[in-house]
Amino acid sequence: MKKAAYQLILYVAGTTPKSLEAFSNLKKICEEYLEGQYSITIVDLVKNPKLARGDQIIAIPTLVRRLPEPIKKIIGDLSNKEKVLVGLNIINKG
Amino acid sequence: MAKSKIGAGGGGGARPGLPKCLTGIKGLDEVTFGGLPKGRPTLVCGGPGCGKTLLAMEFLCRGALEYNEPGVFMAFEEKEQDLVENFSSLGFDLKSLIKHKKLAIDYVHIERSEIEETGEYDLEGLFVRLAGAIDSIGAKRVVLDTIEALFSGFSNEPILRAELRRLFRWLKDKRITAIITGEKGELLLTKHGLEEYVADCVIFLDHRTIDQIATRRLKIIKYRGSKHGTNEFPFLIGENGISVFPMTSLFLNNCVSSERMSSGIEGLDGMLGDKGYFRGSTILVSGAAGSGKTSFGLQFVDSVCKAGERALFLALEESECQLVRNMKSIGIDLEQWINGGLLRIDANRATLCGLEMHLVMAHKAVEEFKPTVVVIDPITTLMGSGVQDEAKAMMARLLDFLKTEGITVLVTDLSLLGDHGDSTEIGISSLSDTWIRLTMETQTHKRMRRISILKSRGMKHAYETKDLLITDKGLEIKDIPRRRKDSK
Repeated sequence: MKKAAYQLILYVAGTTPKSLEAFSNLKKICEEYLEGQYSITIVDLVKNPKLARGDQIIAIPTLVRRLPEPIKKIIGDLSNKEKVLVGLNIINKG
Repeated sequence: MAKSKIGAGGGGGARPGLPKCLTGIKGLDEVTFGGLPKGRPTLVCGGPGCGKTLLAMEFLCRGALEYNEPGVFMAFEEKEQDLVENFSSLGFDLKSLIKHKKLAIDYVHIERSEIEETGEYDLEGLFVRLAGAIDSIGAKRVVLDTIEALFSGFSNEPILRAELRRLFRWLKDKRITAIITGEKGELLLTKHGLEEYVADCVIFLDHRTIDQIATRRLKIIKYRGSKHGTNEFPFLIGENGISVFPMTSLFLNNCVSSERMSSGIEGLDGMLGDKGYFRGSTILVSGAAGSGKTSFGLQFVDSVCKAGERALFLALEESECQLVRNMKSIGIDLEQWINGGLLRIDANRATLCGLEMHLVMAHKAVEEFKPTVVVIDPITTLMGSGVQDEAKAMMARLLDFLKTEGITVLVTDLSLLGDHGDSTEIGISSLSDTWIRLTMETQTHKRMRRISILKSRGMKHAYETKDLLITDKGLEIKDIPRRRKDSK
């Protein structure tokens, strides 16, 4: 998992249905489109509230694409696959 | 309004069961009869540049410094560094407050272009951050400035509104006294109708310009379960933050002194029951141009300084040098008092700034210099720098302030209507305790100065008009020679 091209962080607050759903949606999309080139870190803000400031997290769940730059954020349960792919710049709009 | 004065002392106006939280902001606690609703959110709204952020931050700083209530400032618009810099110019050292865990600032940055939305979400991140900040310093006060930024950051309005509702309930449950700021809207009080969620207390700030003079005003639109001042109150942003001027700040219960002080003119003391003015009273000197008002005021100043007391002269028409030069010509040396630190002359053109600013400057000068006597020369020119009714209210406030400080005030007033108008323009005659009129009378070939006392509360005073002479040794008062009988 070293130096994955796509470094993704998923911010959640506790184990809620929404966060579980977001994670499973994300996992599915990554496996399908980014196999072998991604890493996912899950940050639980209930356990680490201070980490919310760094990435300016307000909404939960928030997916942050650290790499490749520029930083991208997608909020919500990631249920819309098309939007996630556009948001992560995996496919272009249109 | 007048009736409500009685119960106003020390926040006693609140019903039992509605605890209030003192803001520490000058005047605001008076117009709200004891502060903001404790443990509840208050909405502060207004247009851009109206002072929302300042009011909110001052609420936190004063809370931390004066009431030992730490506060969290959640900024949606300005970065922490910008806030620290902006407020240092107002005398608030945010850095040290932060260091001593009295204040926490969390800058929330929302960049729409970076964010993509898909599916359901909530604002738990905001709650986590706010809770973290509150817990880190044990905060009792919170400011959200301006939470409406969320509306530009997130497009799902139903979620946002549900979350805002949850946020305010959450703050209430935590017994936090909060200020939420909001931008003025066109149809609603705020752009996004925040008043719907914050229903307990709403304060509206306004910054408008009438006759080219800008005035800031504060109005309490709503205060559930409490009485409040319903007027619009002018307020200032001075060097020490906000000062609200309640119209009814004067409770008319200031102690009066029966001590007397000389007017600086022997003959006049004689006319004032042989003893001069009451200490702490307000003296109005009105007269036509050239009737000797300024000299009259400065001679009083001279005698005050001679007695070793401090005098402040607010000159609105002449500069310090000019005043010193002119007084030298009638044998009064002001320079010695200026050098000796007993006299301070602040010369400012009346039109330099708005009336409020003059008030602030006067307040500041009084607080710094601590004079026992203040002379304002002439008060009439201040009229030009404001709307008439406002000027009157402003003057009343200034005189009230000086009176409560126990300062003897002498104001000069140029009566443009001529020598016989009994209504002083600004209508301050009713506020003054002693009213002296200087007139010019033409007799055969000469214009003679005359002095008379129109009123002087609480003492026996002379009723006859006398001659006022300007000599090499200052002003002198003489009986009018009985000219008619003598001639021919």
